[in-house]
Amino acid sequence: MSTPSVTPDELLTVVTPDERRVPQWVTTAREAWRLGRTKTGVIICVVVVAIAVFGPYAAPYSPTEFVGPPFQMPSATAWLGTDYIGHDVLSRVLCGGRSVIVLSLAATVVGLVLGVTLGLVAGYARRWVDEAIMRLLDVVLAFPALVLALLFVSILGPQLWLIVLMVGISHMPRIARLTRAATLEVVQRDFVRAAEALGVSRSRILRAEVLPNISSPLLVEFGLRLTYSIALIAGLSFLGFGLQPPAADWGLMINENRIGVVVQPWAVVAPVFMIGVLTIATNLMADGYGRALVGIERDTSSA
Amino acid sequence: MLTLFLVSVVVFAATQALPGDAARSILGREAANKAAYEALREKLGLDRPITTQYATWLADVSSGDFGESLAQEGRSVTSLIGNRVLNSAFLVLVAALISIPLSILIGAFTAARRDSKFDVSVNLGNIAFAALPEFVTGIVLVVLFATTVVQWLPAVSRIDSDVPLESQLTLFILPAITLSLAVIPYVSRMLRASTIEVLESEYVTMARLKGLSGGVVLWRHSLPNAIGPTIQVIALNLAWLAGGIVTVEYLFGFPGIGAALIDAVANRDVPVIQAICLLLAAVYVILNLTADILTILINPRLRTGLR
Repeated sequence: MSTPSVTPDELLTVVTPDERRVPQWVTTAREAWRLGRTKTGVIICVVVVAIAVFGPYAAPYSPTEFVGPPFQMPSATAWLGTDYIGHDVLSRVLCGGRSVIVLSLAATVVGLVLGVTLGLVAGYARRWVDEAIMRLLDVVLAFPALVLALLFVSILGPQLWLIVLMVGISHMPRIARLTRAATLEVVQRDFVRAAEALGVSRSRILRAEVLPNISSPLLVEFGLRLTYSIALIAGLSFLGFGLQPPAADWGLMINENRIGVVVQPWAVVAPVFMIGVLTIATNLMADGYGRALVGIERDTSSA
Repeated sequence: MLTLFLVSVVVFAATQALPGDAARSILGREAANKAAYEALREKLGLDRPITTQYATWLADVSSGDFGESLAQEGRSVTSLIGNRVLNSAFLVLVAALISIPLSILIGAFTAARRDSKFDVSVNLGNIAFAALPEFVTGIVLVVLFATTVVQWLPAVSRIDSDVPLESQLTLFILPAITLSLAVIPYVSRMLRASTIEVLESEYVTMARLKGLSGGVVLWRHSLPNAIGPTIQVIALNLAWLAGGIVTVEYLFGFPGIGAALIDAVANRDVPVIQAICLLLAAVYVILNLTADILTILINPRLRTGLR
């Protein structure tokens, strides 16, 4: 490698290292990539997402096309057999991932935005605002996530925006608590005091000074929450309150073909496998990143 | 208590006060029938002001009266879910009896043999099982042990309410294992962490130097102190179990409150939904409170602090 020429600008950064030049989360991500589990997680995740995104183009049949009698075992025409009304299982598996992934991502982002906002405000405002927000979050926490979603779905019906919103809200308390704790700690530091003294507005301090400093723990939480989102969204579909037939969706497929599991297990096992592998992969990623963050060096084994 | 009160407000608001009038959504298309719509509104008390509705509802609920089921005319909610509450409680109990001792064993062993092959593989297993949705684990268990691979256990848990629950234990095995597999990762991980902390403390080194065997040091001296901080996590997970039963009961056709909730949501049986949601939230609040008290009772330092 050739020695890079150093511009005066870069020289300055060496002398006065600016923490935000290479964001903390990038350094942590590099560290995390060295762990075998992170790599495994990322690779599986990429494969599953690729199947979900490009699957519909590769599907041999339309997911709503009737290709044979119901619950046929795998054959040359239908590689994974047919489902409860004679759709091709393989085509439905290839098409059924988009909804799960898109809805889970959306729900996690909703949870992150709501949680971070509430956490920042609670941690920075303190006193009664803090108290009120934390009380509100206690109430959300008292409901099991799935029950909270079901409570609202029961009256408003299985609408996708509602499901995304409710799953997001169920994530809110833990993300907000995490953000609040980190904010309380960061707010004490000198650079925030300095910014306050300079008369920088509160919302700017929160965005520019506090947020970058808590991005890494939030990223770990995002991975964890994404795992739970997938479980919840697929779970709601499995219970019959998510996507409705004839949509192709992994969770819904399990519900539809459950009664035929004795005759044609593949129609159930295939979507179960996809959901299972995806959740394990996202959790491996979150775990790897979390380990890199707390500085646990590589495991003794290459796992 | 405040939390419980607010919980009741949320449950009430979600089911009776939302813009999408409960009477209309219950009747569906029949809402066009003016007379039936008005009658149902009156029955639900929707024609009264919202605060009055809430006050009467709260008074009824706190005296244990959840009203009548809408789906099954004339049956009170209490009689409808009474038996199911018992079934679910028994299921959670069985799951707790499996998962908690097992978690303690796993946590202590992995802590004692830190970074060994066993520790690393348990850790990876924990990551996997913590991630898997309970219905995924459940279906895999069904395919493995009930339908496709071997047929040792029943895939559907049809509980006979005339026979005592203890004599139908086989029906509980698969649902309980499914729930346990979801809980063990969290509890055993926490226990591992707290055991490691205790093992590094000075009194443990002292016990070792005294010549006590590794086993005695681990089980008699370290573990009791390591369990303390885990109680909160155990309580949280028991509370989680109360929510986890929803999908698991549905999957196994288990006649508990989880499956009842699914039925009620499908039939828009509002009083049943209210009752079960309140019950599950109350379980969470009470378990948390119990854990706080237990932590204080177990830790002598906190105990003297109370005096």
